[in-house]
Amino acid sequence: MKQVKKMQPALLGKKIGMTQVYDDNGVLHPVTVVQAGPCKVLQVKTEETDGYNAVQLGFGDVKCHRATQPIIGHCGKVGAGPLAYIREIRCEEMPQKEAGQDMTVDCFEGVEVVDVVGTTKGKGMAGVMKRHNFGGQLASHGVKRKHRSPGSINGHATNLGTGPKIKKGKRMAGRMGGGKQTTRKHRLVKIDKDNNLLLIKGSVPGPNGGWVTVRKSKTARVKA
Amino acid sequence: MSQELLNKAVADSMKQDVPQFEVGDTVKVHCRIIEGEKQRIQMFIGTVIARSNGGIAETFTVRRIVNNAGVERTFPIHSPKVADIEVVRRGKTRRAKLYYLRDRVGKATRIKEIRAPSKKERAAAEAAAKAKAESQAVEEAAPAEQVPVAAEE
Repeated sequence: MKQVKKMQPALLGKKIGMTQVYDDNGVLHPVTVVQAGPCKVLQVKTEETDGYNAVQLGFGDVKCHRATQPIIGHCGKVGAGPLAYIREIRCEEMPQKEAGQDMTVDCFEGVEVVDVVGTTKGKGMAGVMKRHNFGGQLASHGVKRKHRSPGSINGHATNLGTGPKIKKGKRMAGRMGGGKQTTRKHRLVKIDKDNNLLLIKGSVPGPNGGWVTVRKSKTARVKA
Repeated sequence: MSQELLNKAVADSMKQDVPQFEVGDTVKVHCRIIEGEKQRIQMFIGTVIARSNGGIAETFTVRRIVNNAGVERTFPIHSPKVADIEVVRRGKTRRAKLYYLRDRVGKATRIKEIRAPSKKERAAAEAAAKAKAESQAVEEAAPAEQVPVAAEE
């Protein structure tokens, strides 16, 4: 497969919430509304100076007294106020962007499928049924006080082959959520240029008001 | 702020010209039916027994009796497949949901009608209003004459 060299459409945004819209055929789609951009290009990284090609974008104003000095200084270089959400978008080739430029939802024109990166809602300490979709134990037939437990964790199967320890990475109960997650292949239902909104089919990670990165899907196959 | 943005996002999908109708009304729903290439309109006439949800998700439920069997259909108000909603008869109700109609048959399912006043009734009402206005005018004129008399005393 030939690699695409251009910078792929990508924007930072804020998850607004979910709703429904009708398409031209009268089909109702569940969509997540994301307020995407306008994003400021804060820095352009090139192979010569930084060892890799990337565009650094910033989105979301913060009050000066809530921002750190380094952020105020970094954003100030391109004449912007301090920004809350700053992420880099990697490019294959030297990006054709300049620091200080604005990027809007226009860049998603013609894009049909997108990926969304966000931070999931924290679930706290969760058992294996919720965290790893384990089946749990039976409701009756002599099962007592163990209905949601994981069962045996295979004491003698270790990384060494056999021994007293359990395998590394064994799925158990623990803290769940609150981490980075990418959901892939969402259909981009609509682009609202007047209000800088992207209407993305399905649910995306994180709470309403959370920061998300929307980019053209890396994995979706393009129909020839 | 976020609710405003959500409203803006769905603004294009929402109909601007939804007719005013309420629970208890008898309506004629024009359903757009798509069969392959062809499109036709089918009517569904019945009593509105519920309206639920709000905004773009708002739906209404219409009940009618077909071949002695109750049939209920729930339509999304803003769906392009609902071509038109015609109000045939206005009904007077004291409930927001008329689910009690499901347990009733025949005459018991009747709902009191709110009639638009007929021509005769409108004429009578106008005449009555006019007569009232005239009598008031007379009353207002009469005390005005007495005022100076009272002042002299």
